[in-house]
Amino acid sequence: MPLTALGLFFAYPVAGILLRGLRPDGAWELGAVIEVLARERVHRVLWFTLWSAAAGTTLAVVLGLPVAWALHRLRFPGRDLLRALVLVPFVLPTVVVGVAFRQLLAPSGPLGGLGLDGTAVAIVLALAFFNVSVVVRTVGSFWEGHDPRREEAAAALGASPWQVWWTVTLPGIRPAVVSAASVVFLFCATAFGVVLTMGGLRYANVETEIYLLTTQELDLAGAAALSLLQLAVVVGLLGVSARARRGSGPVARSPRPLPRPGVRHLGVLAWTAAVVAFLMTPLVSLLVASLRRGDGWGLQNYAALATTGEGNALLVPVTRALTTSLTVALQASAFALLLGTLVAYLVSRPRRGSGAAVLDGLFMLPLGVSAVTVGFGFLITLDRPPLDLRSAALLVPVAQAMVALPLVVRTVAPVLHSVDDRQRQAAASLGAGPLRVLRTVDLAVAWRALLAAAGFAFAVSLGEFGATAFLARDDDPTLPVVIYRLIGQPGAENFGMAMAASVVLAGTTTLVVLGVQRLRVGSAGAF
Amino acid sequence: MRRPFVLTPRPHHRPRRGTPLRALAAVPVLALVVTACGSSAGDDAAAEADTITLATHDSWAMPEEVLDAFRDETGIEVVVQPQGDAGTLTNKLVLTRDNPLADGVYGIDNTFGSRAVDEGVLAPYDAALPEEAEQYRLPGGERELTPVDFGDVCVNYDRTWFEEEGLEPPRSLDDLLDPAYADLFVTPGAATSSPGLAFLLATVAAEGDDWPAYWEALVDNGAKVTAGWSDAYEVDFTAGGGGGDRPLVLSYSSSPPFTVPEGGDEPTTAALLDTCYRQVEYAGVLEGAANPEGMQQLIDFMVGEQFQEALPDNMYVYPVTDVALPEAWAEHAPTAETPYAVDPAEVAANREGWVREWRDLVSR
Amino acid sequence: MGLSVEAVSVRYGATLAVDAVSLEVPTGSVTAVLGPSGCGKSSLLRVVAGLERPAAGRVAVDGRDLARVPTHRRGFALLFQDGQLFEHLTVAGNVGYALRLRRAPRARREARVAELLSLVGLEGYDARLPATLSGGERQRVALARALAVEPRLLLLDEPLSALDRGLRERLAADLHEILHTAGVTALLVTHDQEEAFAVADRMAVMREGRVVQQGSLAEVWRRPVDAWTARFLGYAETLEGEQAAALRRLAAPEADWSALALRRSAVHLDPEGPLAARVLEARLDPDHVRLVLDVNGVGRLPGVAAPGSAVRVGERVRLSLDPDRLASLPRVTA
Repeated sequence: MPLTALGLFFAYPVAGILLRGLRPDGAWELGAVIEVLARERVHRVLWFTLWSAAAGTTLAVVLGLPVAWALHRLRFPGRDLLRALVLVPFVLPTVVVGVAFRQLLAPSGPLGGLGLDGTAVAIVLALAFFNVSVVVRTVGSFWEGHDPRREEAAAALGASPWQVWWTVTLPGIRPAVVSAASVVFLFCATAFGVVLTMGGLRYANVETEIYLLTTQELDLAGAAALSLLQLAVVVGLLGVSARARRGSGPVARSPRPLPRPGVRHLGVLAWTAAVVAFLMTPLVSLLVASLRRGDGWGLQNYAALATTGEGNALLVPVTRALTTSLTVALQASAFALLLGTLVAYLVSRPRRGSGAAVLDGLFMLPLGVSAVTVGFGFLITLDRPPLDLRSAALLVPVAQAMVALPLVVRTVAPVLHSVDDRQRQAAASLGAGPLRVLRTVDLAVAWRALLAAAGFAFAVSLGEFGATAFLARDDDPTLPVVIYRLIGQPGAENFGMAMAASVVLAGTTTLVVLGVQRLRVGSAGAF
Repeated sequence: MRRPFVLTPRPHHRPRRGTPLRALAAVPVLALVVTACGSSAGDDAAAEADTITLATHDSWAMPEEVLDAFRDETGIEVVVQPQGDAGTLTNKLVLTRDNPLADGVYGIDNTFGSRAVDEGVLAPYDAALPEEAEQYRLPGGERELTPVDFGDVCVNYDRTWFEEEGLEPPRSLDDLLDPAYADLFVTPGAATSSPGLAFLLATVAAEGDDWPAYWEALVDNGAKVTAGWSDAYEVDFTAGGGGGDRPLVLSYSSSPPFTVPEGGDEPTTAALLDTCYRQVEYAGVLEGAANPEGMQQLIDFMVGEQFQEALPDNMYVYPVTDVALPEAWAEHAPTAETPYAVDPAEVAANREGWVREWRDLVSR
Repeated sequence: MGLSVEAVSVRYGATLAVDAVSLEVPTGSVTAVLGPSGCGKSSLLRVVAGLERPAAGRVAVDGRDLARVPTHRRGFALLFQDGQLFEHLTVAGNVGYALRLRRAPRARREARVAELLSLVGLEGYDARLPATLSGGERQRVALARALAVEPRLLLLDEPLSALDRGLRERLAADLHEILHTAGVTALLVTHDQEEAFAVADRMAVMREGRVVQQGSLAEVWRRPVDAWTARFLGYAETLEGEQAAALRRLAAPEADWSALALRRSAVHLDPEGPLAARVLEARLDPDHVRLVLDVNGVGRLPGVAAPGSAVRVGERVRLSLDPDRLASLPRVTA
C-alpha cells in the first residue's frame, strides 16, 4: 500500500514534469539536457551543492553527537527542557531565522566583526544550525538505553575514553549516525531559503537553480536536467548510506538508570553548553527584538498578536493562526507516526536484505527531490478526477506528514532494527500473536523512539511553511504563514509582531515537545 | 532546508511562496483518503453555477467582508487559492493550460503578463473600465487582462540618517553611482524578488542597452544585493526592523507611511520618486474556465468602488480608479509622475536573458 | 599482595548497596564473591574496575591506592555475563583489541590471538563475526579478549550464568583450567555456588551489602558462618536448638556441635544405622534416590539412598549420619 501511494503521488508527478521538460513536443530533446549539463554555471552550482551540504552535515554531526550523548546518556535536572529547546531551530521559518542570523552577522550586528555576512561559511553555519536537532534526536533516541557495559569492557581492557569512543561507541551507533547524516545531507543539499538568504545571490545550489528555472523562467528542460542530476546524487547517497548502515547487529539494552554527570563529563557538558548557546543565539536575538518597541521595551508586540496587525496586515489574528497550527500539527503528526511506523517496521524486518534497503531509500527520495519539481508535477499529472488533488484542503496535514515521514522512519527504524529477532520468536513461542509480539517486543523497545518521532513530527508540522503556504486556504493560515506575511511588510509594529509570533512559535514547540517527553514517564511502566 | 524552502518575502507581503514542499512529494496516501471523502473543490458540479475559484499570488489579503459583499450582490461564492508569487502563478497557469486550476486569476503583473497572454492561458474579456484606469492596460494585449491596481517600486531613504549625517539624499538612479553614496544602498535581487526585477527593469528603461555598465558601476560603488525584500529592508536598511547600516533601500512608494513613529506624524523615510518602476497587477478569465461568467462578474467587482477602496489598506497597492486614498497615503505615499517603463513584449522576450546576465554581473 | 579492598561502601541515593566491605584477592588466586542477586556484589566489582566511585573506603593493588587511576589505566580486564563482544569486529579483532590499543606489532598480535584462541578452544574462528557464534563460543571469545593483555586482575561478572547447564559445567572446568594455566589473578562475582566452586579457590560470601564470610573454599565450605550462608552454599538443611541436640544424641554423641548444616547425602540409608525413620517421599535422580524422612525424635530431614535400593514411601528404614558431609555452625541466627 505505501509503495502504491509513493508511486502514484511521487514518482508519477515527478516523471510527468520531467517528461514535459525532456519531450516538450512529443519528441525527445536530450540535446537540451546535455547543453544544460555542460554549462559552466551548472558545474559550479553542483560543486557548491555538494560541498556545502557535506560541510553542513559534518558540522551538524560533530556539533550534535556530544549533545545527543549528554541529553540521552546522562540524567540531570533541566535535561528534558534542553531536549525540547534543541528542537526549536528546526521549526522556525527559514525567513525568520535568516533575518535573525543576518542581524547577528551583518556588519552592523554584534558579530559583524567576523565578516561572515553573505559568505559560504555563514551558509554552512546556518545549515548546521537547522540540522543539529536532527542529529541529536535521531542518534539520541537510538543511543538511549544502550547497554554501557560494552564500553566498560573496552575501558577495562585499557582503552582510554577517546579510544573507547572511536573503537566501540561510534561503531555501535553507526547506523543511527549514518541515518541522521543522510537525512541531514538531503536537507542541506536541497536547502533553499537558507542558501538564498545567507548567501545573498553569490551562491546557488541545485535546489535554488531548479526553483528559479521552473517558477521564474519556465525553462523546463533546464529544470528537468538539474532534477535528474539531483536524483542521481540522491540515489548515490542513499546507496552509500544503506551500505554504511549494513552489518550492525542487535544491540543490548540495559534498564540501568542513567548516571548523573560528574567531573569526567565536563568536556561533553561544556561542548553541549556551547552548542546550545549557538542554537539559542538567534533565538535570543528574536526574543530581544520582540520586546523592543520604538526606543523602549515592552510587551506591546505580544498584546498585538490578538489583532490583525498594523494597517490590517493579516486576515486573521495571530492567536487564531496558532490554533490552526496546533490542530493541523496534531493531525499531521498522528498521520506521520502511523505511516512512518509502518514503513519503519517493514524496513527493519530482519533478513529482508537489499529489499529493505531499497524500500527505505524509496521513502527517503521525497526529501531529496526538489519540491518545485514535485509540486509542479503534481499540478499537471494529478489534475483530473478521480485524482484531482490540486485543491483538497485536507492535504495540508497530509503534506506536512510527508515531510515528517522520513524523519519518523529514520528515528524508529534503527531502534526496531536493533531488536534481537529471537525476542520476537520467544514471544511468539510463548503464545503471542503477531500483534501482541509487536506490542510487547517491538513497542517495548521502540516507544522512546516513537515518542521522539512524535515530538519531531509535531515540531516539523508546526514549523512547516512550504506545504502550508502552497496548499492552505487563505482564510485559515498557519502560524509560519502569518509570520511570513508580517515580516514581509514594512512597519515597526509588523516587524515586532513577527518577532513576537516567532517567539510564540518557539515557545509552543518547546512546551509541546516537553509535554510529549513527560508522557513517556507515564507510559514507561505500561510495557 | 526542509519546510520553509522559501525565498524571503517580498515587500508588502508579496511573499514568494515557498517551493511547494518536498512533501507534496508524497502527499500520497492521504490523498487517497481525501479523495475518498470527496471534498475536492472543483468537481461539485451542482454548486458550480454559484462558485468560482480564483487563483492569486500570495499577497492576496482582502478581508472576508469584501467578498461577502460580492456574494450578497451576485450570489457567487469565491474560493481563493494563492498559488505563489506572480512568476510562479503565471507559470503554473501556463503548465495547466489544458485543464485550468481555477476560473480566473488575479495578480499577474506587467512583467509576466505577456507570457500569460502569449501562451493563450487567458480568455478575452473586455471589462468596462473608468477612463482614468485605461492607462494601466497591458500594452499590446487583446484585452485579456484587466488592470486592478498598481505599485511603484522606488528607492527609499532614511530621512533621519541623512539629516544626522548632514548629507543630501540622492535623487536619481545616476546619483546612486556617486561616491558620496558609496556602500549606502541595498536592493533585493532581480532573480529572486519581484521588486528586484522591477528595479532591474527600471535601469533597463533608464540606460537602455548600457544597463550592464550601470550595474557594474553600482556594484563597484558598494551596492549590496540580497535575496529577498525582507533581507534588504529588515536587516540592512537603517530604518527597518533590524536597524542595519544602509540608509538607502529598494522598496515601494507606499512604504514610508509605515515609518511614522509612535506619537509622530511625519514618516522617517521617503521614496525617491525619480527612481520608480511601475508594477501593474491584472485580473483575467482563464481559457477553459468552468464558470467564465462568474469570473467576469468578479472582475467588474474588482474595478468597482468597494474593492478599489479596500486595496491600499489591505494589499498595499494603489487603486487604478479615482477612489479616495487613506489619509496617510494621500499625505506620505505619493506615486511617481513619470515612472520608468519597459514594453511588456520586450520584457517577455528578454527577461530571462537580462536576469541571467544580471546574475553573472552581481555574483562575480 | 594482590588486590585489597578496604572498607568500601557504595551508595545509590538513600540505599547503601555495599556496606564497608573488605576483601583480599591474593596474587595468583581466583576469588569468588558469592551472593544472591541484589547483594551488592556487582557494585563491588564495578568499584574495583573503576567504573563506580565508592562513597568510602579504598581499593589497592599491591599496596597502591587506585582511587585516582581511571578504569583504562588499571591494567585489568572485565568479562561480562553476556560477553559484550564488539559486534562490528571479527573474533580476531575482538581478541586482538587490547593489543591494537597498545600498538603491538601485527605479527605479534596475530600470534597472540592464535595462541589465545587455541587456549579457549576456538582455533580457526579468527574471521567469524560475533553474531555467528553460540553463547558458549561468545564467552570463550570474551575470555580470550580479556586475557590478551595479561591483565593484573581479571574481573568476571557472572561469566557463565547465561549459558545452559551442561555448557556451564564444561566451561567452568575449562575456565578454571585456563585461569590457572595463564596464572591469572581473578575476581569472580556470581550467585551460583557451583560456578564459584568450579572456578575459584577462594571465596567471599556477600549478603545485603556486607561480606559475611571469606576464606579458602575449604574453609568456607567446612565452616559456614551461619545457617543462611550454609543454605546459600548448597547445604540442604540446617538444624539448631532441640532438633540439632536430638540428632547429636542419636547419631553422633561424640560431636560438639550445637547447630549444623547437612548436605542431602549426609543422611543415608543404612540398615545398621543408629537412626530410625519413616520414608515420606522418594524420588530417583541420576546419582541416588532422594528421600524425605521423618526421623524418630528429630523430625523431617532430607536423605539419600543408593540408586539401586527399592525404597517405598511409608516404609520404615534405618539411617546413619556421615560426619564428613555436615558442617557445624558456630552460632545460631535469630
